[in-house]
Amino acid sequence: MSGVRVLVGTRKGAFILTADGKRERWEVNGPLFGGWELYHLKGSPVDPNRLYASQSSGWFGQVIQRSSDGGKTWETVGNKFVYDGVPGTHQWYDGTPHPWEFKRVWHLEPSLNDPDTVYAGVEDAALFRTTDGGQNWSEMPGLRGHGSGPHWAPGAGGLCLHTILIDPSNPKRMFIAISAAGAFRTEDGGTTWQPINKGLRSQHIPNPEAEVGHCVHRLAMHRSRPGTLFMQKHWDVMRTDNSGDQWTEVSGNLPTDFGFVIDVHAHQPETIYVVPIKSDSEHYPPDGKLRVFRSRTGGNEWEALTNGLPQKDCYVNVLRDAMSVDSLDTCGIYFGTTGGQVYASPDGGDNWTAIVRDLPPVVSVEAQTLS
Amino acid sequence: MVRVVLPAHLRTLARVGGDEVQVQLNGRPTLRAVLDAIEASYPMLRGAIRDHVTEKRRPFVRFFACEQDLSHELPDTPLPEAVASGAEPFLVVGATAGG
Repeated sequence: MSGVRVLVGTRKGAFILTADGKRERWEVNGPLFGGWELYHLKGSPVDPNRLYASQSSGWFGQVIQRSSDGGKTWETVGNKFVYDGVPGTHQWYDGTPHPWEFKRVWHLEPSLNDPDTVYAGVEDAALFRTTDGGQNWSEMPGLRGHGSGPHWAPGAGGLCLHTILIDPSNPKRMFIAISAAGAFRTEDGGTTWQPINKGLRSQHIPNPEAEVGHCVHRLAMHRSRPGTLFMQKHWDVMRTDNSGDQWTEVSGNLPTDFGFVIDVHAHQPETIYVVPIKSDSEHYPPDGKLRVFRSRTGGNEWEALTNGLPQKDCYVNVLRDAMSVDSLDTCGIYFGTTGGQVYASPDGGDNWTAIVRDLPPVVSVEAQTLS
Repeated sequence: MVRVVLPAHLRTLARVGGDEVQVQLNGRPTLRAVLDAIEASYPMLRGAIRDHVTEKRRPFVRFFACEQDLSHELPDTPLPEAVASGAEPFLVVGATAGG
């Protein structure tokens, strides 16, 4: 029987939520790695029981955990993330040069065809890869070596590489995004990269249409249309239909076009989801109403999804890696909040229930569809 | 034999019970020799106490022994005789800070 496993990373540990295909009754396991920050957990598309987790703390640094049994047991693997060559500098908040320093792994993206190959997006922004199941990590230096690296500057959350998308039709084509540098694409498996930020407009940088410097919060792709990407930028929801060569704003009638998450329905490539957030400094839902907005037209026309979500006195945030979808026949949507709730909708967003309500602040949510 | 007290999170990471672990050293123990021995016995602690490459102590980690703060000693400074003899433990301490 089919089922779903939801991997939840929080500020104080990881949790694994499981249910059968009905997604009505959930089992909650955790905390795993209690007291540590779990920025991200993700399973291999090839072997769903092969999981990777990024565990870190301000005291003891970075740990990578690996499971080969769906999260029942874990083993530590390599945690040596060393930049290639002389790291150089990026731009600090005050505009001065600042040495590249590894802080943590924000995002782990297992390969589409090899459970031992995983890409890691880190802070300070760089892309690493392992081909031996996490024992050894090597930087893919072409990204920072693109030439614009000295001009990248951190967003409020740090200079983080938070999104890694692999083209299912061409594994040599990948997309990544960095806050606050922008989006980049490789066509040669990560050897060389080019910025893909044309069409973005960011008023908070000296040149609003600069080649790099945009605070991209998240990218999303439907595997059937890898040339179409959706973006939640600091402000603005954007889309491209030519692999990032040109972006177009599709914020439409959203109550605010600021937010962090964006995701795509598993079976409807033009159905997308965002959670609008009030900003620049509040970072909670407008009017105290937690609303997911759905567009069935790939943007511009949005509807509020509210059934089962708090519609008053709600002041949580939904962070950039904290939304995911399953691929069951009726697509399930999941998101976690900084208030510790993980919400699930088994019907594409029409109705929501909280699987759990009182976890530590949720940083990431990844849904696995199990057969 | 040197007795080493690890903070709770590192004991969990290393999968050891009790408050102390013991490491064997040849010759007079130094900070570097003790840390080398800890990491050899518990490879999962590499990078958690000191930097992989520079071997610089992580900022929120301190080293205490015999009621002394040894955190700022040079790596090859001999540890107190009481640590070398096993009478006193060498303490790896996580700073009491944060939320």
